[in-house]
Amino acid sequence: MKRMVAIKDLPREEFIELGHAACAGCGATIAIRHALKALGDNTILTVPACCMSVIQGLYPKNGLCIPVLNTAFMTAGAAASGIAAGLKYMGKDKEIQLMAWAGDGGTYDIGIQALSGAAERQTNFIYTCYNNEAYGNTGMQRSGATPYGSFSTTTPTGKLQHRKPFTRIMAEHGIPYTASISAAYPRLVYETYSKAKDIHGTRFIEIHTMCPTGWRYLTWDTVKMGKLAIDTGIWIMWEKEGDEWRFLGRSKRIAEGKIERKPLMDYLKPQGRFRTLIKNPERVKEFERGIDREWEILKKRVGC
Amino acid sequence: MSKIVSVTGNHSASWAARTAIPAVIAAYPITPQTTIVEKIAEFVENGDLKSEYVRVESEHSAMAACIGASALGLRTFTATASHGLALMHEMLHWAGRSRLPIIMPVVNRSLGPPWNIWVDHSDTMSQRDTGWIQFYASNNQEVYDTVLMLFRLCEDPKVLLPGMVALDAYILSHTFTSIEVYEHEEITDFLPSYEAGHWKLDPKDPMATGNIAGPEYYYELSYAIHEGFEAARKLIPKVEADFKKHFGRQHGGFIDTYHCDDAEVIFIALGTMGEEAQLAVDELRSEGVAAGSARLRVFRPFPTEQIQALAKKAKAFVVVDRSLSYGHLGGLVTEIRSALYRGKQTIPVQGVIAGLGGRDVSHMDIKKIIKIGFDVADKGEPKPDIFYGLKR
Repeated sequence: MKRMVAIKDLPREEFIELGHAACAGCGATIAIRHALKALGDNTILTVPACCMSVIQGLYPKNGLCIPVLNTAFMTAGAAASGIAAGLKYMGKDKEIQLMAWAGDGGTYDIGIQALSGAAERQTNFIYTCYNNEAYGNTGMQRSGATPYGSFSTTTPTGKLQHRKPFTRIMAEHGIPYTASISAAYPRLVYETYSKAKDIHGTRFIEIHTMCPTGWRYLTWDTVKMGKLAIDTGIWIMWEKEGDEWRFLGRSKRIAEGKIERKPLMDYLKPQGRFRTLIKNPERVKEFERGIDREWEILKKRVGC
Repeated sequence: MSKIVSVTGNHSASWAARTAIPAVIAAYPITPQTTIVEKIAEFVENGDLKSEYVRVESEHSAMAACIGASALGLRTFTATASHGLALMHEMLHWAGRSRLPIIMPVVNRSLGPPWNIWVDHSDTMSQRDTGWIQFYASNNQEVYDTVLMLFRLCEDPKVLLPGMVALDAYILSHTFTSIEVYEHEEITDFLPSYEAGHWKLDPKDPMATGNIAGPEYYYELSYAIHEGFEAARKLIPKVEADFKKHFGRQHGGFIDTYHCDDAEVIFIALGTMGEEAQLAVDELRSEGVAAGSARLRVFRPFPTEQIQALAKKAKAFVVVDRSLSYGHLGGLVTEIRSALYRGKQTIPVQGVIAGLGGRDVSHMDIKKIIKIGFDVADKGEPKPDIFYGLKR
């Protein structure tokens, strides 16, 4: 594997301008900033309804420095399929990068059909799901990605179901590249997109994107919260390239037993969305059982 | 060289796509449209049509994919019917509001439940306000010709709107007739390649489309779409005249009129019923009855002036809708009454609902319906809406 690039060696060029409309402490903005640094300016973006519909800025201005097709909620995979077909017709499918950038609601829930169809058709594009674990743009309603026990405005006493193992669902589509990473590690974001851009076919990258507004923690704790998600093991970083599954970053060290998973409460306590959950030890245990199960499945896939 | 082929209405649409060569076709099968996209698949896989063909997993995705491709500034085509069109509804608005000249034949079929696959205009009438130009065809040649005309009209820089041509299920979609078709090279004088002048997805000139625009801008963007329709209204006669110059055929512009000049009662309908009416008019004329037929070809932009002009000569209209706006009446009669109310000349307009869900409406039925129109003309006012042929 390529050596990690140093922060000082990341491209200086920015493709998301100052003055965008993201909340303070937005993890998704860290994610797109570093993803686009890797993809460069010869990139077309399509964005369904999600926080990025707002973050990019209001008409007649736009804070993204690449062409953007905003599209309807459930259509990121389908709109990208049309663009990919057009680029192929023009003979530009190898030179121009195409990326769909969708939230977890637009991916796990309403957009799964269009995405699954695009993957099955081996559409040549990168699909990013930036996962802030709820319908962020509409004010934090539950999604298929909302963690067990979490408050949302439509589960005010805490969600009763575990989240979908969505990244694995995409990996099992047999696409050439799948990755699960975190916005808390911008160099890894950059590295992942640098690798993905050279692969042909459907590439699915899911980024855990911290959200102070929805998760109810202090805005300056965004990176800390993202790192705690990794260290407590509630989010696992891994990739599947071809048929090979491997853990990434600190998740790899956890899997290899080099570091211990931190206690789950370290992650739950600072976040207002888990305030009800942490009062119920049985439900905290159920949350943990879900996490353990995902680790076991992934360890089998990786073969360790 | 042009040639004569014996094809169904659906294959007429497929042949039109083959002639126009869209860069991207994205489509999903649905009865009774399926044979359009099957034939296109055959053309593409035989190498007769060099389009990128995306076999999407739903009609909603079909329209989204067309939007993506058209946003690159490419000629784009799809086809659907009934529930497929209903599923597309959100994306029909998206295409219209994005000013993307996507062309789509729609095979008119009823909506369920119950499942019913036969002709009914509820599907396209339900999409009236989505920002799509709407034509209705009455024979297979007209299906083929209208697809080519729509590409020319909708891709015009002053118009830039998506366009649909509706064809009646089975009566056209699965019925063979001979039509004249052309090779792409023979039509390029009439239909040059599409150059998107407004905006497109191009990394060399990055632009965003569809991001949030507040109340300060939305109204004007909507009005601009309305202006596109008004530009289309001006251009439709020119496109039809130019088509005639190149190919020697025309289909009547906004309204295909038949014996309307001296008609006391004019029968108005969409699609094949409008063509069937000509037979009824012939028979009535031979009986000495002054009937006429006006088949609306264009529903959006609505031909208000042409309807007003027809009312100057006639004593009454009978308007037959093959769809029903529950709790009111048919969509077409509503529009015609509205057009007359806006003019100086008003005559009684009798609303009739007939032929829903594929119930046959023959020229014999149409004769009876026209005769009702003469009662209306005598009394000077329409009867309550008539549900013709309703078994109760």
